Amino acid sequence: MSKLHVTTTVNGEVQEFLCEAEETLLDVLRDRLGLTGSKEGCGTGDCGACSVTVDGRLICSCLMLGAEAEGREIETIEGMAEGETLHPLQRKFIDMAALQCGICTPGILVAAKSLLERNPDPTEEEARYWLAGNLCRCTGYDKIIRAVLETAADMREAS
Amino acid sequence: MDYHAPTTLDAAVDILAGASGDCRVLAGGTDLLVRMRSDMAHPDAVVDIKRIASLRTITEEDGGWRIGAAVCGAEMGEHAGLRAAWPGVVEAAQLIGSTQVQGRATIVGNLCNASPAADSVPAMVAAGALARIAGPEGIRDVPVEEVPTGPGKTSLGHGELVASIFLPDRAERSGDAYLRFIPRTEMDIAVAGCGVSLTLDEDGGIIRARVALGAVGPGVMVVAEAGRMLAGSHLREGGLQQLATICSAAARPITDKRGTEHYRTHIAGVLARRAAVIAYARAGGTLE
Repeated sequence: MSKLHVTTTVNGEVQEFLCEAEETLLDVLRDRLGLTGSKEGCGTGDCGACSVTVDGRLICSCLMLGAEAEGREIETIEGMAEGETLHPLQRKFIDMAALQCGICTPGILVAAKSLLERNPDPTEEEARYWLAGNLCRCTGYDKIIRAVLETAADMREAS
Repeated sequence: MDYHAPTTLDAAVDILAGASGDCRVLAGGTDLLVRMRSDMAHPDAVVDIKRIASLRTITEEDGGWRIGAAVCGAEMGEHAGLRAAWPGVVEAAQLIGSTQVQGRATIVGNLCNASPAADSVPAMVAAGALARIAGPEGIRDVPVEEVPTGPGKTSLGHGELVASIFLPDRAERSGDAYLRFIPRTEMDIAVAGCGVSLTLDEDGGIIRARVALGAVGPGVMVVAEAGRMLAGSHLREGGLQQLATICSAAARPITDKRGTEHYRTHIAGVLARRAAVIAYARAGGTLE
């Protein structure tokens, strides 16, 4: 079986890769493009550690085939900081210690960024529901939610 | 495995009809990819229908709404017109999975996955939705409840796929609602679910009612007796109790890790009366 040739845009850069039809987008990102920030927690769409956006829509990259990425615009955790300058969410997560082991953190940051782009002033309930598909086994979520809400307040003030 | 991404419905049907092995339709993939990952499905080919433009839209048609098979739950939730017309169907679709799953999962996929606990299905059945099936013989429209025939099984023939769901023209003073019970507040599979769709007369009397139950039988159940009982009533306390009794009596659940037969039987009635109250209010009725 010959591999599929796919052209897509990842974090603003055109990328080409060859993949098998069965390979997920997560497999492609990690194993073919070397973007290992997206994590595989469950591989079945339950944990959110592989969260990315495709054409602006938050998804689990383990539940999408790499072949489906043809012509799409993909954003991953690697595109979140601008050079050495961290995104306000990344900065706040460090300042408020909103992470422990860190496996869930890339997915949560990508998901939280997507939330704030759609809703710059979420309530705690809205933030908790939006992030319900991102599991964290360390923090108990409280620090994460507080960091997201504080970042939202900072970003509203700055704009 | 072969990956196909046709750009027309005819091409998708040709691929499905011409396939000799196990050829699956890939819409959102939130069930299919999990099955592949879990070694429960080994398709020889998948047909990705998301490149077919006509299946990606929500359009008004004859006063009703047509939802393409590649439209995800998040897109339904963002569509103000659809939300206003069929809030129960939209809320049912949006109960499926997380934000990430909503970005992919489709109601047609939910229907064709044929899980007895599919959240969007009782809501669609209550709404009187039609599934448009495309296949080698052409197009046919069937009531959605005729698509799943048992857990994991559908009535679709070789080469056929569900292209869209049609939610009919909603009469004035109509409302629908879907409620499910899960032991937590989010990200779980229904222990029981109930969709109710009501149409009222000018005095708040119910002139038409459809009630459907999920997760309490091998497939979605239309509770015709509940619909007949509600028609002509004003949804007073006695009627609500009667509705609950009828729905509990109709329930044929199994005992599994999500709930016992006894509990599910009871909760089916509770959900029916609560969903009816919401649907009634959405239809403009005032409970006495």
